[in-house]
Amino acid sequence: MGRPCLALRVVQARCREPLQDESSMSPSPAPRPSARQAPADEATERALARSPRAAFRHGIVQSLPFLVVIIPFAILFGVVATEAGLDIAQVMGFSILVLAGASQFTAVQLLSDNAPTIIVILSGLAVNLRMAMYSASLLPWLRDASGTQKAWVAYTLIDQSYALSIQHYERHPRLSVTQRLAYFAGTALVLCLPWMIATWVGATVGQAIPDGIALDFAMPITFLAMIAPMLRTTAHLAACFVAIVAALALAGLPSGLGLLIAAPLGMATGALVEARMERRGA
Amino acid sequence: MRVQASDLQIWTIIVVLGIGTYLIRWSFLGALGDRDLPGWMLRMLRYTPVAVLPALVAPLVMWPAATGGNPDPARLAAATATVAVGVMTKNVMLAILAGGITLFGLLYLLS
Repeated sequence: MGRPCLALRVVQARCREPLQDESSMSPSPAPRPSARQAPADEATERALARSPRAAFRHGIVQSLPFLVVIIPFAILFGVVATEAGLDIAQVMGFSILVLAGASQFTAVQLLSDNAPTIIVILSGLAVNLRMAMYSASLLPWLRDASGTQKAWVAYTLIDQSYALSIQHYERHPRLSVTQRLAYFAGTALVLCLPWMIATWVGATVGQAIPDGIALDFAMPITFLAMIAPMLRTTAHLAACFVAIVAALALAGLPSGLGLLIAAPLGMATGALVEARMERRGA
Repeated sequence: MRVQASDLQIWTIIVVLGIGTYLIRWSFLGALGDRDLPGWMLRMLRYTPVAVLPALVAPLVMWPAATGGNPDPARLAAATATVAVGVMTKNVMLAILAGGITLFGLLYLLS
């Protein structure tokens, strides 16, 4: 009997993680859906009985708490990007076309440092690479969706919509594809639309803020605040530490270049430490 | 601190970053399908934010442009407060608030 209990506990722990960690940017990658049935409980019965419209509403309701983070964050982006000298169309271009907070801040920061265009693009993309992991982990659950539906999911696949949806899918493995898509659409609507609107608010406010207020440090503080909750394992700490040391050592290089060397060093460190810890645990 | 890039450069960045980010998100849902990611690649992907963001921010904290690249006690203290509150509470907005209050408080006291 020991084994199933252990397995169950692992599943539960994984399900809980994104909620405890709602501000984190990198939820753990999810496993493939397993043949094992989830325990039939009331929540599952309710979830299975939902019409697509009700599943959509459920997604909306469960996303609402995240707005506490998303709205101020988007306002901050609007303010900071406007203060850096972007016009409203450009600021909105970032929030509508890129739709990924950390990489938007990264791009604006590097633009302020007058980094070359190619380095701004590569750095922004590097920040977003984690989303390939989200895409891979959602596929088994959304395989039967149409091409158009997958295309929309891809557009609105952000940290929070991923974390909520994968948690919901794993909790209730027998949902239909329509129910899964409807739930995702609910989260996407509540998370992505306010991001754009609040960016516009921030950009409008930013134009009214006089120069000379110490907003130069708004971006570093924002980055640090995003990083801190991610430091939850030795491997994350090691990746962060190596990236910092390398970035400081390489700070003399033309702007942005040190980042492109330091970041892969940090990533490799994290991966190595994780592999070593796993081997020790096994 | 102000952006000196031309409008064309800025829009190039927005559009290319937008398309690239979309392709990353669409990758497995769309083109790559059920292909398995090699384990080492999954591992690397997991550590992108925690490596890229600190590498970006470390020089900004140590040598802020606003003070001509000289280390600044107010900004160092604000950075420390942000990380400390972020690690303790896991709450991004609280951490930003702590950093902001520390920064403006110290700038006011030290000026």
